Amino acid sequence: MMNFDYVRPANVADAIAAASEKGAVYLASGTNLLDLMKGGVSRPSRLVDVTRLPGLDRIERLDDGGLRIGALVRNADLAHDAAFARDYPAIAEALLSGASAQLRNAATVGGNLMQRTRCGYFYDAASACNRRWPGAGCDALEGENRLHAVLGWSEGCIATHPSDFCVPLVALDAVVEIEGRSGRRELPLEALHRLPGDTPDRETALEPGDLIVALRLPAEAQGFAAHARYVKVRERTSYAFAVVSAAAALRIEDGKIREARLALGGVAAKPWRAHAAEQLLAGTAPDAAVYREAARATLAEARPSGDNAFKIELAQRIVVRALTLAAAGTPARIPALPGSPFSSVAGA
Amino acid sequence: MTPEINLTRDPAHLRHGSSIGQPLTRTDGVLKVTGKARYAADNHPPGMLYAVIATSCIARGRVKSLDVAAAKRHPGVVDVMTPAHKPELAEDPDAKGNPFAFRMELLQSDEVRYANQAIAVVIAETLEAATEGAALLSPRYQVEIARVGLDAGEPYAPPVVGIGNPAEVVHGEIDAGFAAASKLTDATYETPAQYHNAMEPHAIVAVWDGDKLFLDTPSQGMAIAQGRIGGLLGIPPGNIHINSPFLGGGFGSKGLVSGPQMLGIMAARLVGRPVNLVLRRSQMYGPVGHRASTRQRLRLGADDAGVLTVIDHHARITTSSFDDFYEPAADASHTLYASPAIRTAHEAVRVDTGTPLFMRAPGEATGSIALESAIDEMAFACGIDPLDFRLRNYAEVEPTTGKPFSSKALRQCYARGAERFGWARRPLAPRQMRDENGFLVGWGMGTATFPALMFQGNARAVIRADGSGVMESGAHDMGQGAWTALTQISADALGLDLGEITFRSGTSDLPDAGIAGGSAHTATVGAAIHNAGAAVIARLAELATPDERSPLFGAGNAGVVARQGRLHRRDDETRSESYAEILARAGLAEIDASGTGAADPAAQSHYAMHAHGAVFAEVKVDPELGQIRATRLVGAFAAGRIINPRLVQSQLFGGMIWGLSFALHEEAVMDHRSGRILNANLAEYHVPVNADVPPMDVITVDEHDPHVNALGIKGVGEIGITGSAGAVANAVWHATGIRVRRFPIRIEELVTGLS
Repeated sequence: MMNFDYVRPANVADAIAAASEKGAVYLASGTNLLDLMKGGVSRPSRLVDVTRLPGLDRIERLDDGGLRIGALVRNADLAHDAAFARDYPAIAEALLSGASAQLRNAATVGGNLMQRTRCGYFYDAASACNRRWPGAGCDALEGENRLHAVLGWSEGCIATHPSDFCVPLVALDAVVEIEGRSGRRELPLEALHRLPGDTPDRETALEPGDLIVALRLPAEAQGFAAHARYVKVRERTSYAFAVVSAAAALRIEDGKIREARLALGGVAAKPWRAHAAEQLLAGTAPDAAVYREAARATLAEARPSGDNAFKIELAQRIVVRALTLAAAGTPARIPALPGSPFSSVAGA
Repeated sequence: MTPEINLTRDPAHLRHGSSIGQPLTRTDGVLKVTGKARYAADNHPPGMLYAVIATSCIARGRVKSLDVAAAKRHPGVVDVMTPAHKPELAEDPDAKGNPFAFRMELLQSDEVRYANQAIAVVIAETLEAATEGAALLSPRYQVEIARVGLDAGEPYAPPVVGIGNPAEVVHGEIDAGFAAASKLTDATYETPAQYHNAMEPHAIVAVWDGDKLFLDTPSQGMAIAQGRIGGLLGIPPGNIHINSPFLGGGFGSKGLVSGPQMLGIMAARLVGRPVNLVLRRSQMYGPVGHRASTRQRLRLGADDAGVLTVIDHHARITTSSFDDFYEPAADASHTLYASPAIRTAHEAVRVDTGTPLFMRAPGEATGSIALESAIDEMAFACGIDPLDFRLRNYAEVEPTTGKPFSSKALRQCYARGAERFGWARRPLAPRQMRDENGFLVGWGMGTATFPALMFQGNARAVIRADGSGVMESGAHDMGQGAWTALTQISADALGLDLGEITFRSGTSDLPDAGIAGGSAHTATVGAAIHNAGAAVIARLAELATPDERSPLFGAGNAGVVARQGRLHRRDDETRSESYAEILARAGLAEIDASGTGAADPAAQSHYAMHAHGAVFAEVKVDPELGQIRATRLVGAFAAGRIINPRLVQSQLFGGMIWGLSFALHEEAVMDHRSGRILNANLAEYHVPVNADVPPMDVITVDEHDPHVNALGIKGVGEIGITGSAGAVANAVWHATGIRVRRFPIRIEELVTGLS
């Protein structure tokens, strides 16, 4: 068999030491990594199993009212945590719109952040891919690329980041807590994932040995709970990655949008925060015309990377829809078809 | 090794009257849900090794080198089978002994014909070692440019399509048909390559004992497999013992023994130990068949009354570069709608893929979605409701042959399906309906059809001294419920209650049951069982009626009937005798008899034999985002006698869901340069998940067919796909006004069109 070291460190310090060596990677539930290893896409020389590390599987209320979510909390456990779902409903909806029930039961918060792109050429070990093999070229560029990036891509890579979870997280200023060789630090989630540029193989800002230990949601983000939605267009109702998705969260007071948060999924190599649209929306009355303006601003820099011009139009429509639904108010319960445009269908 | 199905202790199987027609639950259901049903790869004979196929990542060219030494050095690797190191074959796997001996890659050369082709087999003590050994072979290739897609080469007229059908059929005067038309439609539809994706991958556990071969492997046709395997290996087919009690789905891909299964057998011979070989999911996209891609042009003509004057159905299809299977897509237009002029024609393009093969409703599925879309387009062009249009063009006789139908309750299917669905309230024009949430709503329909086929199969019936019965036939349960339905037929054939019979099946050591395909298995094996039962009852009667000591003495002319373990005089039901009494007096431990089921050529020459149905679909479409959701499916089917309504409903549900999948989801995405499939996994090769499947309603319309076979069975395995795919596609058009002619319907077509 393909031999590799498997270590199960007892504490974070040992984990960091074990993972700092070249070829070492962290293993949580492995819902992505093990597939990559079986496909020969990823051949680590050492797996550092972090699933038994103490203290990383807790959801804690912080003194400032924020929430700290341990990196090993399972996606399903988080989504079904009542306080979390009440305070951050769009994040819960996004979580439940992703993968399948079985995968959500296994997958961890930290692992979700670190999942790799679903570009078919990245998974096909025989294809050229700059992410897998820097300098090899990108077979997606002239290939089957109708679902690839329309924002922030480069000639070196047109892949997208597949996470649903990260989209509302980045909109709501989530912060990642990292333990590394030089101690503890934190990073806004928006700064965790990198755009490809000339170095598509460098997917995140993490350094060797860095371990995500927790995700923090600020208390201010709870101010959007009454008007927060996640909308995801996909090619089947469940167990499919987003063609395009959007998270919208609004703080509405006296009939005006006081503050807006907006991010897109499925359009770029990272969850795409729409700062310009947020500024444009702030202070306006909720209205379709201003949503459309926000959508245009969000996609202003978009350009097709292949057979995917439709995604630019679709993304704008999803922005309008997400803002419309958010303004209408968060549903009392997470819909039975989370993220689906049909989530409002009676009985669905 | 194969289970015996005995129903004595299960109250769910208590019957009232005839066993045929009862909605029994599956006799093997408990085995399956408790994990006790033993599938091929669950067998672990002592000393078993694991074989893993190394596959090509190029679609065309040659293997220049393999690092066999590196693979062999890997701990646990026992041997590496390559073109230079493999058992001798008695027959060239590229020889074409008959049209169904499809060519297979058994390491006969270094040539690569498609991506995922076997180029070596690594045999090791563990699956992991074999897998890594295969990776260590690091093949180097001489690459040639792959031919991919419907425009990859010069089209040519295939010699035949499907199973020996002519590639071109012309009925009536085509030009006159066009001249007589006041409305013409001309549209081109494309369907993608699809892969069977049975839940259970192709698997084999092969054990040699001298020149005897014992196989656990899923098969839809064990006797055909014995012949093919025996021919390739140069051993008598009778030396090959196949166990195949359960298949985790086949859908046509397990109809013929595949190259990978043969490689498992060869590996076992090479190393002299039992070998297990199971395909990985991704390896199923290549060597085990697929549904060919098609591009179909339909030109229809109709007169002012909305009556078709011509159907001209032309299909371009892909096939492999090295063999001949031609998806008979246009043949769907032979039987469904009356027209004075019908032409169906096919042309083929050779591409660098594995050879396409039969996949659930081959030809009918691809052809049906195009034909039903075209009929819908013509109905709208004529300003006529699609159901009304179909009724105006109802085929009273089979259009291309003029034969009467052996039975055809399609009108009742239309009527009952439409009523259940509420079709009468459908507005003619598209984009007229919205639901309370503002989603666009569309209603579409399609006609379903599939031929009522029969192959040849045999059964052996036994009555034992205690009056109980045994029925034996080497039939194939692919998940469709053969264990159950055939047990029901057996009980009636033997005149016994279900609890008093044992049904044996699922192994080649039993009478050849033919192939489980073409929706013909229940009809074929059912007829064999019926005849075997009648024959053994006749033998019982021969023992009793000449015997003065029997109450049946002298009944020879009037005859006897068998019921609940007794023979009764037909002319005096009070005079009867039990099977046990008859055998006891004759001093026999048991008696047996055989029966054969096969089509009746006389009936076939007089009648066209088809099952029919009507499918109605409702979809909702998001008016801005283009997301589609099917919300209702109603199907009404007339398929002759229904042996088990519960199983039939399941089969029809499954078929209709596959139709939905065809219209909205399923597609192999192939890189147009490399010829590699980029979504060869069940995460990205989309089939509907539960949340995509709408509330469904299946109606079976009573149909008594005295001509198809003695039991009146037409088969339901495949018809559910046909009609359904078109119904969904037509509903999308009706919701949006956008006619998408490339399947599956992609979101970009609606996003662009809905602006």
